[in-house]
Amino acid sequence: MTSVKGWALGAATGIAAMLGSAAHAVEIEYWQYFFDARVSAMEQLIENFEAANPDITVKMTHFPYADYRTKVAAAIPAGEGPDVVQLFYGWLNDYVEADLIQPLPTDAFPVDRIETEFFPMVGAMRRGDAYMALPTAVRSLALFYNTRLFDDAGIESPPATLDELVEVAKKLTQVDGAGNITQVGITTGMTAQDHHWFREVLIRQFGGEPYTDGYKTVNYNTDAGMKALEFYAGLEKTHNVTASGFMDEPQAAFKAGRAGMHIDGSFRIGSLNKTRGLKWGVAELPAGPDGTKSNYSSYWVNAITTKAEGEKYDAAVKFMEYVTSDEAMQIWLDVVGELPAKPSVGMTEANANDEVFGPFIRGLEYANTTVFANESGQRQILVDMVARTDIEGQPLAESLAVAAEAEQKLLDEYYAE
Amino acid sequence: MYRNLSIKQKQIVWAWAFLALPVLFYGVIRFYPTGNAILISFQDWNLLGERNWSGLENYIKLWNDPVFWKVFKNTFLYLLLGTPISLVISFVIAYHLDQLRFMHGFLRMLYFLPFMTSAVAMAWVWRWFYQPVPIGLFNNFLASLGIPQIEFLNSTTNALPSVLAPAVWAGLGFQVIIFMAGLRAIPRSYYEAARIDGVSTWTVLSEITLPLLKPTIVFIVVFSSIGFLRIFDHVFNMTTNNPGGPLNATKPLVLMIYDTAFTGYDMGYAAAQTVVLFVILLVVSLIQLRILRDR
Repeated sequence: MTSVKGWALGAATGIAAMLGSAAHAVEIEYWQYFFDARVSAMEQLIENFEAANPDITVKMTHFPYADYRTKVAAAIPAGEGPDVVQLFYGWLNDYVEADLIQPLPTDAFPVDRIETEFFPMVGAMRRGDAYMALPTAVRSLALFYNTRLFDDAGIESPPATLDELVEVAKKLTQVDGAGNITQVGITTGMTAQDHHWFREVLIRQFGGEPYTDGYKTVNYNTDAGMKALEFYAGLEKTHNVTASGFMDEPQAAFKAGRAGMHIDGSFRIGSLNKTRGLKWGVAELPAGPDGTKSNYSSYWVNAITTKAEGEKYDAAVKFMEYVTSDEAMQIWLDVVGELPAKPSVGMTEANANDEVFGPFIRGLEYANTTVFANESGQRQILVDMVARTDIEGQPLAESLAVAAEAEQKLLDEYYAE
Repeated sequence: MYRNLSIKQKQIVWAWAFLALPVLFYGVIRFYPTGNAILISFQDWNLLGERNWSGLENYIKLWNDPVFWKVFKNTFLYLLLGTPISLVISFVIAYHLDQLRFMHGFLRMLYFLPFMTSAVAMAWVWRWFYQPVPIGLFNNFLASLGIPQIEFLNSTTNALPSVLAPAVWAGLGFQVIIFMAGLRAIPRSYYEAARIDGVSTWTVLSEITLPLLKPTIVFIVVFSSIGFLRIFDHVFNMTTNNPGGPLNATKPLVLMIYDTAFTGYDMGYAAAQTVVLFVILLVVSLIQLRILRDR
């Protein structure tokens, strides 16, 4: 009889203990899309976070990129899915509109502190008096150059200005007997990163401002926009240092060693590192005629979903604090190769002077972030702008005006809702 | 209760019992999503937020969208070029292959092989064939002869036929096989009778072979028309950087739907385009069946 009593007592205390500990351990869910390095970096971050916060566990779920948006959209309104979610900065409007994410609490994330601590382009994530989301890592553009081709052409250093860019590109271009280009000085193609270069860098360097009114009004059908387009189209039409669509894709031409220079994002570093026999260097984007420097930055952000409430919400806030900490950013740079979102990590001696990451990180100080309504739609408009002049022989000014009008229409439709 | 039914009624019960599974399957997998798509076409939805009723707005937008009319034209160009060309080529091949005994099986395999190859892989190979110097096969060949390069894909006039060519080639094998089956099904005795009467080859073809092949031709025309109206993978893979480009010169309706839905997240507008495609497919198929049916 006593043994039964003892067993019952033991079982009861055991269950109570289990319930008790279960009540203390909070589990929150984190969602991101699947990309190998990002997942393993996040695993490290979660491990460190859980070690520092033993009462919180974080469960990470990842999906193929193609399904990501649908899954998030279906899960959160149903009260399922993530407490902290990763999204592309360009989707922020849609997520806010759909009530999927909530503002970060201003006591843990005061606006003025974020604005002093983060690189300026993160300001795009602010809505009213609070930030909706914050990045761990950011990306920017830089000029990749093929050191072997530079040596062959006797060029000492990468171009620092747009004029030098043209001169250097001329020396690097090779043509066969019939006049067909067999090696381009610099790759071009609005379909790749050039539409960012044009929008946020060239237009600003020629004295313009691509958009006004918080990226709701197109402002490049101006003198500055025209000069920027003349410069861009001139690379192929006047200077003959490039051919759009050369070797199918700009990055393919650069990887194959058939392009002297190539403007691309920091995310390209990994695949270039894996290319055998290619020797390359990186430089900051060339400065404009009056010395203006500019860059484009994009990033993925993390946000707290509307599903997180009570103690899960508190845990989610703590997790957000950790993934936006200096430590997390350094881990992300080391594992994924994406740039830190804060100068305190990025502009350290080691990082800012890093041979590969340095030019990208320095670019962040003067980078802008386009607030897209529909990135691929807006890219398409610039792709078509160049195609009309190239294939149909439309005058540059006319094509620029058509593009500006089309993009304004797209923006108006988006913001009308 | 079952016992009280007449034999006729019992047969009906059994028929429905066996039909229950396919009916359920069609209901859930086909008809429900179709109905849903038609519903969404009257709504405004970005996949994330609420679905809002918008009436005919999506259809009005479609009517006034110049890209849609361009795409509409492209879709019919794919159909009007693709179907007759592939029909004629596949018939000519099948007709001659049928009379050939030497290495018959091997040749038939060669024609059928492209049909079994992944469309994606093939589209990429052709995409590289079409590139300018120094990597494009065709242009390298032209350049080595001293002929100026041809812009295959980076052109508003050449791009559509260039994209269509591998699609025709890929579908050829299937059509050749169907045609050969049709040719074999024509009784030999008709040909023997014709030979006894001393009729010319041309008359044999136009009076015996083609009329008796009519069911086969109807099948192939309907089948390949639907295929060309729904063309997507060849176009998408050959123009991934600028889908349906340059300047929408190669964009078919299905690609526009895909773009609107999954890069623009404008599900209502995409659904409206889908409904239009559905209507086009329906009308084209009905017209063809009517024209080509036996009187």
